[in-house]
Amino acid sequence: MNTTLSARIDELIDGVLVGNRRAVSRLITLVENDSEMREEVARRIFYKTGNAYIIGITGLPGSGKSTLTGKLAKQMLAKGLRVGIVAVDPSSPFSGGAILGDRIRMNDLALEKDVYIRSMGTRGRLGGLSDAVEITVAIFDACRCDCIIIETVGVGQSEVDIAETADTTLVISVPGLGDDIQMIKAGILEIGDILVVNKADRDGAVQVVTMLETMQMLDEIHTDWKPPILMTTAETGDGVPELLEAIFQHRIWREESGAKVSLRMQRLRKELIGLLCRSFYRQLQERFHFEQELDGLLNEMLSRRQNPYDWVRDTVNSCIQKIKKGEEK
Amino acid sequence: MTIRVLVAKPGLDGHDRGAKVIASAMRDAGFEVIYTGLRQTPEQIAAAATAEDVDVVAMSLLSGAHNSLFPRVLECLKKMDGGDILVIGGGVIPESDIPNLKKQGIAEIFTPGTPTSAVIEFIKKVMAERGKI
Repeated sequence: MNTTLSARIDELIDGVLVGNRRAVSRLITLVENDSEMREEVARRIFYKTGNAYIIGITGLPGSGKSTLTGKLAKQMLAKGLRVGIVAVDPSSPFSGGAILGDRIRMNDLALEKDVYIRSMGTRGRLGGLSDAVEITVAIFDACRCDCIIIETVGVGQSEVDIAETADTTLVISVPGLGDDIQMIKAGILEIGDILVVNKADRDGAVQVVTMLETMQMLDEIHTDWKPPILMTTAETGDGVPELLEAIFQHRIWREESGAKVSLRMQRLRKELIGLLCRSFYRQLQERFHFEQELDGLLNEMLSRRQNPYDWVRDTVNSCIQKIKKGEEK
Repeated sequence: MTIRVLVAKPGLDGHDRGAKVIASAMRDAGFEVIYTGLRQTPEQIAAAATAEDVDVVAMSLLSGAHNSLFPRVLECLKKMDGGDILVIGGGVIPESDIPNLKKQGIAEIFTPGTPTSAVIEFIKKVMAERGKI
């Protein structure tokens, strides 16, 4: 990394540490666009992170996540907490663009001194989050946010990234979104530490609660935290103070039961293994240029004249041999 | 690098179709578009623009208040360290008002009937000049 860039990063980090909003937003842009930058920034701010409590909010589109996020943030502000919000929306797989529309529900937070909001597109990653979400959370952590809310793309059956990233995960349901089977599909409800039925003022809200309770009875509980089922009407703010209280309860449970530490350990482990893989790969690719070799062979492979799995095995073995012999290609 | 745009509707103008059309077109062109909805104050627009570190603020105004609101947005942007953000406008804006708005710092005004592609090409051109793409 050249010295100008390095100095620029330090300058921005200095700004982040004193809560300068422009420094925060500029640093996030830098890491969003460059994956190597993410690792470098993560490295430099590491000792300033680890304090914020991370809350994940997920649920189908239209369930009121953004409105609820905004109301929760206001409650937190009222308690004197500093809040970071990462709002993720889906990027078009065709154009790469996105409409990031979560802020529209949080207009009254725009001028609050202790709220930091960043809207992001998923930019090609499945799972509901974008590659830059973790580093954005770290940056908010470093600028001393007490709570960070990650609001994700509407959870489908495969979008469970949020459960691994957040300390407390909220799954939001609403009445009238189709038949019961939708909700029973594995994965969605299992990741919820707190289940919320929003738009509780609508018909069918109580039925949704009953259904969730029934499912809980039938399900095996894996830990001794039984996810509470709460009703809210985010638009009016009804039920939001109780929801915040439930989040605090979950936090206390996690700290007392040791679950907090073990989950964070798992998360760190996964992140580091990913980092190791990427770093090794980058170095080896730079040295041995296998991607270029692969480009020339794809046709052979697709027409079944060459076996790609053999190629991978042979390439790895030959790299290792070359490293042993101290040769360079 | 993905271009980020804030589509903003300052003041009391309630017509949002134009803003939504341009937002969709920009998304189809690969931009990330943040739309904050109706009835935004200049302070809210500048706060959102700088918090989201957008490259462009695109304001849509059909109520005729552009001569007072557009410069106020520029002022707020400057105050919040967002003076480097490209600001463009569109809507019901008489040709005769355009030179003055440009002098104050609005990079371009796109009047009704302009194809969305013209707006997108303009943004891409400026971003390329700034070395961003």
